Amino acid sequence: MEAVKIQDVSVNDLPWKIQYQPERCTMCGSCVAACTFNAIEVAMERRSITVSTGHQPEPSQRHMATPVIKQKAAVANACVGCGMCEKVCPNNAIKPMRNPDSRINCLNRSGGTTVKRGGRASLNSADRTLDKIVVGRISQMTDPALDSERHTFDILAPFGRVLLPHELPLKSNGEELTLSGHTPPVRWIYPVIFSDMSIGALSTRAWEAVALATAYLNEKHKLPVRMCSGEGGMPVKLMQSEYLKYMILQIASGHFGWNRIIKAMPHMKVDPAGILIKIGQGAKPGDGGLLPAAKVSKTVQSIRGVPKADLLSPPNHQGLYSIEESVQKMFMSMNAAFKFRVPVAIKCAASATSVSVYNNLLRDPYKICGGFFIDGIQGGTGAANEVSLDHTGHPVVSKIRECYLAAVKQGRQGQIPLWAGGGVGLTGNAAADAFKLICLGANGVFIGKILVQLCGCVGNEHGRCNACNTGNCPAGICTQNPRLVKRLDIDKAAQNIVDYMLALDSEFKKLMAPVGNSSLPVGRSDALVTTDKAIADKLAIQYVC
Amino acid sequence: MCRIGAIKSKVAFHPSLALHLMLPQQEGHDNSGFAMVMQDLEGVFAKYKDKPLLSLACTQKGAAMVEHFMETNNFTPLYEWIPRGVRQPGLDIKAMPYYIFRVYDYPEHYRTATQEAKEELLLDTRLALRELLEKEENGFVYSFWPDVLTLKEIGDPRDIAVYFKLWDNTGDLMAKNVVVQCRQNTNYEIVRYAAHPFFLQGYTLCANGENTFYTKNKEYQKSLHRGYIGFESDSQNFLYTLHYVLKVLKWPIKYYKHVITPLPFDEIAKRPDKRELTAIRQSLGHLEINGPNTIIAMLPDGRMMTCCDSKKLRPVVVGGDGTTIAISSEVCGLNQILPHRNQELDVYPNEREVVVITRELEVERWKQ
Repeated sequence: MEAVKIQDVSVNDLPWKIQYQPERCTMCGSCVAACTFNAIEVAMERRSITVSTGHQPEPSQRHMATPVIKQKAAVANACVGCGMCEKVCPNNAIKPMRNPDSRINCLNRSGGTTVKRGGRASLNSADRTLDKIVVGRISQMTDPALDSERHTFDILAPFGRVLLPHELPLKSNGEELTLSGHTPPVRWIYPVIFSDMSIGALSTRAWEAVALATAYLNEKHKLPVRMCSGEGGMPVKLMQSEYLKYMILQIASGHFGWNRIIKAMPHMKVDPAGILIKIGQGAKPGDGGLLPAAKVSKTVQSIRGVPKADLLSPPNHQGLYSIEESVQKMFMSMNAAFKFRVPVAIKCAASATSVSVYNNLLRDPYKICGGFFIDGIQGGTGAANEVSLDHTGHPVVSKIRECYLAAVKQGRQGQIPLWAGGGVGLTGNAAADAFKLICLGANGVFIGKILVQLCGCVGNEHGRCNACNTGNCPAGICTQNPRLVKRLDIDKAAQNIVDYMLALDSEFKKLMAPVGNSSLPVGRSDALVTTDKAIADKLAIQYVC
Repeated sequence: MCRIGAIKSKVAFHPSLALHLMLPQQEGHDNSGFAMVMQDLEGVFAKYKDKPLLSLACTQKGAAMVEHFMETNNFTPLYEWIPRGVRQPGLDIKAMPYYIFRVYDYPEHYRTATQEAKEELLLDTRLALRELLEKEENGFVYSFWPDVLTLKEIGDPRDIAVYFKLWDNTGDLMAKNVVVQCRQNTNYEIVRYAAHPFFLQGYTLCANGENTFYTKNKEYQKSLHRGYIGFESDSQNFLYTLHYVLKVLKWPIKYYKHVITPLPFDEIAKRPDKRELTAIRQSLGHLEINGPNTIIAMLPDGRMMTCCDSKKLRPVVVGGDGTTIAISSEVCGLNQILPHRNQELDVYPNEREVVVITRELEVERWKQ
């Protein structure tokens, strides 16, 4: 008899167990072919079956070697619950089941390395602040509610530095005002930006789907949605096309792709919508970015001008050690590069120090910071260390509120538009989340994860899939593997995003109409109420019960 | 919903005319108060047009405090008019013990000061008096400005008129401009300061409706000017913005409407002055109003104006007979005081329109 190997990994130690019904299986092999994690394999099992083949019952036992589908008992090949096997199985013979007895937290650090996970934070995801706030000031008698179906709404948000009224170079002749002199560029755009997810983090096809949706929303539906490129640049053809005006170019700490952007600048027909300097990200605040070599495909290599290697973005911009320095060097050079025609904004991970950063930017004497993007703890889609995802960061809601109120104290609200992200649309309703954040003082929001979900991502906040970092994305969204990438239907993905945004636009109106506003209710905290006393106190909104 | 009104005339008239303008509209106001601002005074104040006039309701202690303060600050009293209330039983009025309307001369070292310096002094003095009286609720200072008189009271306007003998035209209290409202505020508890019209440095404003952007307006205005205080009513925002645009920024009057009810972006894009309008809209976004309202305002130079919210959800009508022009929420008020006017010439301003009545009683109107 074989010795019992108690320290061996068994399937019961893994987070997901394959439920397999051999009597339904026709051995077509689709599930094994579809599993990108190599979690299942074809195996032979010795089976004993009782058969009776004659006219009368004459049961007899037969032993035979039968091919079956079997889950691998290895951490490296652990099933992630993506359910691709179930989707491709013609006979409902196989599906993953969550295993409550999993020992994965102990097992997957066995190599001495940290655990990486696709960017899905789990803090408070079941117990969100935004879900405890409702729009409580409903216009009825004193001021009539608007008709959301027929009224026209002005749903636009600023991207760019806004001057105080007395700083505007306006001259009066007693009758008319004339603007003389330069004012910082401000773009009025839809208050939802498609957040920065790079080509590399996303497959080229997934990135293309988001870009396609952006163009379609602008050209066909006149919804001025902007998309951020993410770090690493974008195809030169796009940079030289008219569609560049819908794109926000990102520069992050790795400076990937900027060589090509600078080379493309003389050939740009139009200005980009903006520049976003990324300092930090909500999924792994204070941590750098990493595109694993596995995901650095030929395309990525050519766009970024790099060899096939791990691509690290440092946690900060090397050579900049203060906000003042950052304003003077980075903002100045970015503004100057586009001849002060393109707004330049900054994105930081939400932090206990966000207000200090914002105050500093508000006082920037050059008045060139065109937006403050705060990325909360529930944000991120890329590869991040699990420990960062679960244990670092700051919720975005109170931080947006604090920044807004800090500006109110100085009479500078709206000067540097506030954009909130990180968990917007986490429960599927981005319009409600955005509306509440806007009432609390944000000018707009940025969304990322929900776009990936609209493309077909099956991952969730409860540990399903979340393998964006592995290069094995079963939906072809976060991988560069040519075989997997082909699984993604670009047109369908783009269509889903367009449809969602159109629904979101209607929902915005459904929220603006009852409070009687036809323009965005920035700072209308009086419209919100909460049944949670702590939230009411912290956010300075009405407590109700 | 309130009803509001204003009268401007070439000949001085008695405040009873304002009551006759407002009372037919009483289904729109709840008779909970009466307030008016008179400008371009005749009667007993005719001789003191260039001297500041203090309008005040107070207790006995308050009166003494004010007297002491003004004396300490070198203001010399020139003339005072104290109405003796008719204290008959059954009147619905919550009267203060004293109503003082007193004309002062500027402190000596201010007599040669610039107009600007005098205006700042008058504001600072009113704010200081307000603070002084507020601590122990000894009184309310409504205005301190040359040629301007403010009366505010809680109760039924008819009874208030009886109390102040406003039905009897004795010729004492006469003016060429009056802005008036017959109601206390409903948004918050009854506060004397909260009754329209509001006054700041020569600017008077009355509004009918709701300002849904009250919180964001207030949060922004608080840091703009020391005179922007109180916020007892969401309609004070309209006055402060008027003051900010015309007096602080010194912009032409037509830009007031562009600030409070900016054009939609797609309409701005079609205009030749789109650069200016866009800059104004983005820079002053926090002064936008978005609720249903109508505004009637009187400017320091005696002009009157009216405009509405961007959806025109509150009514207003302007009508006149050549000698007198009135702005009113409802036409029934105009019919009462100007029955012989040509009604076909009445103006019903629309949502993008501003109507200004000049000193010569010309009616200017323009599209935003």
